[in-house]
Amino acid sequence: MSAISGAYDWLTTEANWQGDKGVWHRLAEHLYFSGVTLAVSCLIALPLALWLGHIGKGGGLAVNISNAGRAVPTLAVLVLLTLTPLGRHGDLPTFIALVLFAVPPLLTNAYIGMREVDRAVVEAARGMGMSGGQVFRRVELPLAYPMVMTGVRLAAVQVIATATLAAMAGKGGLGRIITAGFNLQDTPQVVAGAVLVALLALLVEGVLAGAGRVLNPMKGRSGVAR
Amino acid sequence: MSSPNCMVTNEWVCGEYLRTRRPELVDAVVQHIGITAASVVIGVLIAFPLALLARHRRAFAGPVLGLTTVLYTIPSLAMFSLLLPLFGLSASLVITGLVLYTLTILVRNFLAGLQAVPDEAREAARGMGYGPVRLLWEVELPLALPAMLAGVRIATVSTVALTTVGAIVDYGGLGTLIMDGLDSDFKAQVLTASVLCVLLAVGADLLLLGLQRRLTPWTRVASGTSRIRRRTDRSGSPDRPDGGSGDTERRKEKAAQAA
Repeated sequence: MSAISGAYDWLTTEANWQGDKGVWHRLAEHLYFSGVTLAVSCLIALPLALWLGHIGKGGGLAVNISNAGRAVPTLAVLVLLTLTPLGRHGDLPTFIALVLFAVPPLLTNAYIGMREVDRAVVEAARGMGMSGGQVFRRVELPLAYPMVMTGVRLAAVQVIATATLAAMAGKGGLGRIITAGFNLQDTPQVVAGAVLVALLALLVEGVLAGAGRVLNPMKGRSGVAR
Repeated sequence: MSSPNCMVTNEWVCGEYLRTRRPELVDAVVQHIGITAASVVIGVLIAFPLALLARHRRAFAGPVLGLTTVLYTIPSLAMFSLLLPLFGLSASLVITGLVLYTLTILVRNFLAGLQAVPDEAREAARGMGYGPVRLLWEVELPLALPAMLAGVRIATVSTVALTTVGAIVDYGGLGTLIMDGLDSDFKAQVLTASVLCVLLAVGADLLLLGLQRRLTPWTRVASGTSRIRRRTDRSGSPDRPDGGSGDTERRKEKAAQAA
């Protein structure tokens, strides 16, 4: 397994972490792509999904969007966007492709979370005289929260993964370490880059799962086992 | 008719490209289908015993589901790259990576399907003297089939899309054409390959849907009478993007039985 020890050597070589093509710079690019995308996607998808869930319309849309999203190859979209006139605007194709893939899980999960809130609870809240806004803020949102967060987590992991593919379309990010390794026929570098990307994805998944649990508004309330 | 010059002017849609590069396109499609089919078939062959194991031994269920979920988190480019030292530049590298991804979806759906078999059906079969193998083959499997095939459909569709990333090792079917098109700024090739890829995914989905209808004719008879109930059911059904649409199928089955 010379590739694995080689990858270890690559990762422990200080020079590989510095400079424009170093790990730190690529990681910063990756996080910049992912962070901006996730924020924009949440701003687009969550208000829409929560509102649709609150009024109880557009269910078919929410489910179909996530099904259709699976059939679309990420790489093809990235390359197509890069070749359009949009490709001249630097990182814009990457951002558009990433947002495109982050919106479906956000939309679907937030919507389903809202619809899965027990109708009896909503009725009871209305019966107590709560207004639509109050029902939304105090009842539906806290109960839908776990599903909404699941969507955010899925979207985040998807964005991290897709940001890797951006390197194949000639953009930055951690994937660039892998593609550069392929071009140089440097297997240790390819494996080192892959390990970094995989670790980042797992780390983000883990951190968001933890954060979702800690921030859960229903945390510590009895009788809620959702 | 598009002018024969569309290859020179680099148009997005180009009939001349379709005519002159047909063998190349056919080769790519064949490779794409081959890689996808091999991955899904191997995935099914591995996932089924794993699902059975997870069902029989509760202690296995957690680790099996946990491990396959972790695999799904790893970005595809990284997955293929990590397998590079093991397989070198080969189709088996791509297939292995894709198999690992299908496992997440397949094991989950297979398990959900098997667990949704009503206990009464199982008890009745046992009472009639069915052994464990015959029980699995003649009772549990047919009842779990709709949910299991739903899993196969999801796995196939996402595998068709993911195969393109195999272009990094030159075994990406249509993905290889897409990457070549990017390198040479060849718009017609990129668009054609992308459209073919989506068509493949949709075609595979419809094919498997037809197969599912054929294999489970009883659900079709019942679905006619309970369509309204199913529709209301679906509005609240959790079709999780992680591929666990087994719930939907289970509800459909329940509705079908009630009808």
